[in-house]
Amino acid sequence: MQTRVLSEQVSVLRREWGVGSGEWAVAGCRSAPLVSSTSHLIFQISNSWRGVTIFALVFVLTLGQAAAQEPPRPVSDLRAVDHPNDVGESVDLSWTISPDDDPEADPQLVSEYRVERMTASDSDAVDDPEFLHEKEFVDIAKVGADEATFTDKGLKRTRTYLYRVIAVGPGGESPVVETETAVGPAMDWFRTDRGWLAVIVLLICGAVTAFIVAAKSGRELYIRKIPGLEAVDEAVGRATEMGRSCVFISGIQDINDIQTVAGITVLSRVASLTAEYGARLEVPTARSLVMTTARETVEASYLAEGRPDAYRQDDIYYLTDEQFGYAAAVTGMITREKPAACFYMGTFYAESLLLAETANAVGAIQVAGTAEPAQLPFFVAACDYTLIGEEFFAASAYLSGEPVQLGSLRGQDVGKLLVAALLVIGCGAATWATVSGSPQASAIVTFLQDNVLGSGGFLP
Amino acid sequence: MKRTVPIVIAAATGFVLIVSSFIPLTEEWGSAAMQWFNILAAIAFVLGGSNLLRMNLQKISDRRLGWGYAAVTLVAFLVTLFVGLFKVGVQPTESFPTYAWAAPYNQEGSFLWWLFEYMYKPLQATMFSLLAFFIASAAFRAFRAKNPEAIALLATAFIVLMGRTYVGGLMREFLPERLEWLSFDAMTNYIMSVFNLAGMRAITIGIALGVASTSLKVLLGVDRSYLGAGDD
Repeated sequence: MQTRVLSEQVSVLRREWGVGSGEWAVAGCRSAPLVSSTSHLIFQISNSWRGVTIFALVFVLTLGQAAAQEPPRPVSDLRAVDHPNDVGESVDLSWTISPDDDPEADPQLVSEYRVERMTASDSDAVDDPEFLHEKEFVDIAKVGADEATFTDKGLKRTRTYLYRVIAVGPGGESPVVETETAVGPAMDWFRTDRGWLAVIVLLICGAVTAFIVAAKSGRELYIRKIPGLEAVDEAVGRATEMGRSCVFISGIQDINDIQTVAGITVLSRVASLTAEYGARLEVPTARSLVMTTARETVEASYLAEGRPDAYRQDDIYYLTDEQFGYAAAVTGMITREKPAACFYMGTFYAESLLLAETANAVGAIQVAGTAEPAQLPFFVAACDYTLIGEEFFAASAYLSGEPVQLGSLRGQDVGKLLVAALLVIGCGAATWATVSGSPQASAIVTFLQDNVLGSGGFLP
Repeated sequence: MKRTVPIVIAAATGFVLIVSSFIPLTEEWGSAAMQWFNILAAIAFVLGGSNLLRMNLQKISDRRLGWGYAAVTLVAFLVTLFVGLFKVGVQPTESFPTYAWAAPYNQEGSFLWWLFEYMYKPLQATMFSLLAFFIASAAFRAFRAKNPEAIALLATAFIVLMGRTYVGGLMREFLPERLEWLSFDAMTNYIMSVFNLAGMRAITIGIALGVASTSLKVLLGVDRSYLGAGDD
């Protein structure tokens, strides 16, 4: 294509400067014939002053285009290693890009890298037809220019592989660069990149389990009062006195969401109270599975309170999965039926304020609990009591009063101590590093950021 | 038995999901567990749909308060179900010109697409836009200066509100360079990146610990209230 462009440029020059036609032919010619044609042109126009200029121009153009025609230089330092922390089905390739690979260059001499693979050995099935087919290099991927890594996935652990990488550009393909030794994917038994996360999980879970065991053995545990949970009793009592219903909303997510599970556990305590006081409990749900779970839970609570006759299955019903459709249905119901108490316990998004403000308008006492930080301000503004974050997860244990469950709350405190210790160490080291410029302090900060607080720790 | 089996299933699935985060060999097991849940949820959707029909029919039949809304819900539900299932208005594709149902149910121009674009979307937008009014009414109550805490909240809210508007940036132009930190947008950025961020992180840490504790209680069978009635 470039050759053709050059030839056209020469034609244009020839026509514009009135040079004789001669015998030169440009259409479809390649580099070598082009140089020949150019020499012929020089001979034809050498008696003209204009010819000198044309000669210079054509010479420069020819040299430039001839350089562009050359294939790019090859990549170097090609390496293939087993992909870490996987089940053994990937190999990581890396290389140093071709010296001709310059994203700023125009035209670019490297357009992509072609990666090829060949199966070197198979300990499992040497006679396997698929294996025999792969006994030669085949294209497996094309990697863009300026990229120097590729992960080959879907490999077999029983095989070893050879790889080669070829730089491809407008001028053709570079010489092939091949890995020296065959490499095979290996299975890792443990994800070492999540080592710190494992340590943190073990510490927190171990503490929770230890305190549960301690509570089972009869040890008394002090739990601070949570006003929002104390108010549950008051709210149900108020609804009973007013002869109105209680509404419980367990969020808009499904039962696989831990907040919904936490909400359902609170529902069981609320249902116990409504059964005891004889108040009506209404539970509109946004998911079918939550509806069935809520029915079972409420029925169990009514049975436990000795009031199975008061249980009304139809008061626990499914509305819609759609967020605003659900909000419209619930706000409509609240406006019409004017419940005396509303409980919001679960995952909420934009509908939180729609629900809470509507219930506020009808004068309902409201208790909310969620672990969605963005919705907490709305609930705080619109509800009488709000359980913030961990208080919401503590609600079930708190309301039940069972020592075994309360033990889990003390286990959480150990987690808080751990986090506080990390905060103190991190802040201290960062301050020390800034003030004194100590490399040790910087190393501590970097280690905490990259490991404990990074992708291998709290932020997997 | 009715409670033991679900506890065993919940515990086994939960531990598989935890282990799959650390042991590569079990990663597939975690994905399989999530697929089982999706299958269960799909089956339960039929249960939810039938419950919706029954409840609304009952409401209409009893002429209960708001039965008119129940009628609208039923009609909307049945019409949407019908046009979606039978692909009403869907045109054959170029690849399969003789098969009327070859195109997807939500093909542009189909009746379901029309319902989505011209009924569902505007209704959704209407509900969402109501938020603006509710935010105003909630803010009016929350920001009453009745005690020192409420006054601090009101002052902070005022600064952030102004800093998020055009006025915040405009004020900077009238202040000398050494007093630029007094502009609303500078103070807003400081409040959001220091006080607000610190508070949010504290809440998030508490939430993470609460999630771990609640999950463990469910997995160990300490909290069984979500399992409902039945003998152990």
